[in-house]
Amino acid sequence: MTAYPFHEEVVLEGHIIDSLILPKVLDEILMHGGTYELKEIHVGQRQVDPSRARIEVRAPTEQTLREILDAIHDHGAVPAVSEDCQWLAADMDGAFPENFYSTTNHRTQVRLHGEWVDVENMEMDCGILVEPERRFATTIPMVHVRRGDRIVIGHRGVRVLAGEEGIRKSLFEFMSSPVSSEKPKGVTVREIAHAMRRTREAGQKILAVLGPAVVHTGGVEHLCWLIRRGFIHILFAGNALATHDIEQALYGTSLGVWMDRGLPAEEGHQHHLRAINTIRRVGGIKRAVERGILRSGIMHDCVKHGVPFVLAGSIRDDGPLPEVITDVLEAQDRMREQIRTGVGFCLMIATALHSIATGNLLPAWVKVACVDINPSTVTKLMDRGSIQTVGVVTDAEPFLRSLVHELQMTEAETRV
Amino acid sequence: MTAMRQPTILMCPPEYYGIEYEINPWMSRARGAVRETAQAQWRMLYETLLGLGVRVELLTPQPGLPDLVFTANAGLVFKNRFISSRFRHEVRARETPHFDAWFASHGFQVEHLPEGMYFEGAGDALFCGPILFAGYRIRSDALAHQEVGRMIGKVVLPLELVQGHFYHLDTCFCPLAPGEAIWYPPAFDAYAQRVIRSQIPRLIEVNDHDARRFGCNAVVIGRTVVVNTGCGQLTEDLEQAGYRVVTTPLDEFLKAGGSAKCLTLRLDGEEAAVWDG
Repeated sequence: MTAYPFHEEVVLEGHIIDSLILPKVLDEILMHGGTYELKEIHVGQRQVDPSRARIEVRAPTEQTLREILDAIHDHGAVPAVSEDCQWLAADMDGAFPENFYSTTNHRTQVRLHGEWVDVENMEMDCGILVEPERRFATTIPMVHVRRGDRIVIGHRGVRVLAGEEGIRKSLFEFMSSPVSSEKPKGVTVREIAHAMRRTREAGQKILAVLGPAVVHTGGVEHLCWLIRRGFIHILFAGNALATHDIEQALYGTSLGVWMDRGLPAEEGHQHHLRAINTIRRVGGIKRAVERGILRSGIMHDCVKHGVPFVLAGSIRDDGPLPEVITDVLEAQDRMREQIRTGVGFCLMIATALHSIATGNLLPAWVKVACVDINPSTVTKLMDRGSIQTVGVVTDAEPFLRSLVHELQMTEAETRV
Repeated sequence: MTAMRQPTILMCPPEYYGIEYEINPWMSRARGAVRETAQAQWRMLYETLLGLGVRVELLTPQPGLPDLVFTANAGLVFKNRFISSRFRHEVRARETPHFDAWFASHGFQVEHLPEGMYFEGAGDALFCGPILFAGYRIRSDALAHQEVGRMIGKVVLPLELVQGHFYHLDTCFCPLAPGEAIWYPPAFDAYAQRVIRSQIPRLIEVNDHDARRFGCNAVVIGRTVVVNTGCGQLTEDLEQAGYRVVTTPLDEFLKAGGSAKCLTLRLDGEEAAVWDG
């Protein structure tokens, strides 16, 4: 049987065998393109006794499932779950009631007043806040709980619509394993390029999460090309990526090494600190671009092309740059805000810290390509629940170079 | 039922009958019903039934409830229980308090189905032998029929109706006796057709013409079938099967999608019903 991802259990009762209602319901399910599993059937002992069947209906899409359920409802098949979700009012700020429902990053629904309602802002490791009278449900991080918020407890009346594996196939058609260290990189890169184009065509945004190795390895110009050509719509990074990008723009070095010669510059180790200082003196990256102090690089292009960025700080940061958010909870919230503007694809390059932080916030249906020289970054990401990830084990610059090349080729093809 | 008792039927005089809204394909406000003719036709049916030895109880007509004449839709009578209808259309739901009051004051136990279900009484639920045949989709719900089955502890076989002109089971199916019925197959889906064929050994098919004259909407008293005029083939077939046919004109009610059966509600069990055992 096809393991379709969307399913619902229904119950059919009455004289469903003599009336041919049971075969008719099963036929309807098949005719609408679904499949079924008879979970349980109780046949009445005497003709007068009613029978009862519990049927799991499965469908390839949510819409097909709705159509099937509507069609068979007319013959008396009703959803097996008839319980609303349960909730408790939070008794304090900043913590859930005990026995709270802990979310996954998969699409989730809660039952409110007999109706399945989508949980908005899907994110793993949160609770679910409900407003039953508005038929509204959303994830809520622990720290944002306010006393009196109604938080879902237990598992009753909550359902997770998993089955995102199918979607990975459609977005990354040829990839059979999630991490490719010994696979032809060309195919993988082509797939990622394809996924980026599809995301853009679907009107969704591409989020880039970048580590400083993008700059150190010489990937700035490729990344700037992606920004200018509208392949990156949001940037998440830390102080280091922005600092070294600005260092390169102002001094031509990254971590004090000449980008064109690969040799250390004299007193080069100070360049990044002087770059930060320059930006701090004018009040920020945006100001520096406006005043013509910062005239190239990733951060410059983000400002020029209206690509919003969230720079999240960490304990080892120098400076930091004025735009760096040092309160991690605030940084998470700014990242959430950006993700919720319609991110459909995420490209993570050379950062374990920011990749995992972003993976925690992304719903499972946002596909992720994670590029890192270290295979364990991808593994870590997946172990933490971001199973929608496809990994490429390679250095940042070679990956970016071939990605840009791939996108340029397809752009040229479309022009022909 | 065994015929030692006097058959009893509930009717409602057509004082306020008219086409005031359109809730089935037969109804057209533009065409309307001719009041005097309707009253004369109702009177003829009433007299016919009295002549057949029926005791007719009368419900007081109510202004603003033109379809109250169609007492078959009041609910389902099972022994001394009255399972009140839950009408699909609001214009007819207003009839319910009047039916409920009548049944309560005449010694019936009045029962209601849970809210959110539709059930239109004897219009959609007819016994043939010990089995309750139940029409669904257009007016009543399959779920409501399951609930009725639970309430009365009888076998209920829901049958899907597929033609708007035959919106109630009693417009396309009429039990004559246990194991015998007249029916119009195209009004049912393929499953329902199979169910009827497998459950009822003696079936008389009504042709398109007679079906549209509402030949299936007949009243059965003993071995006599009372039916609208103009059902020639059906009359012949019924006579061949050993029934006496009495025709009476009911065209003014056909304009509202009703005929003999719709205008009556048997209170002591239909001829074909077997309630015990």
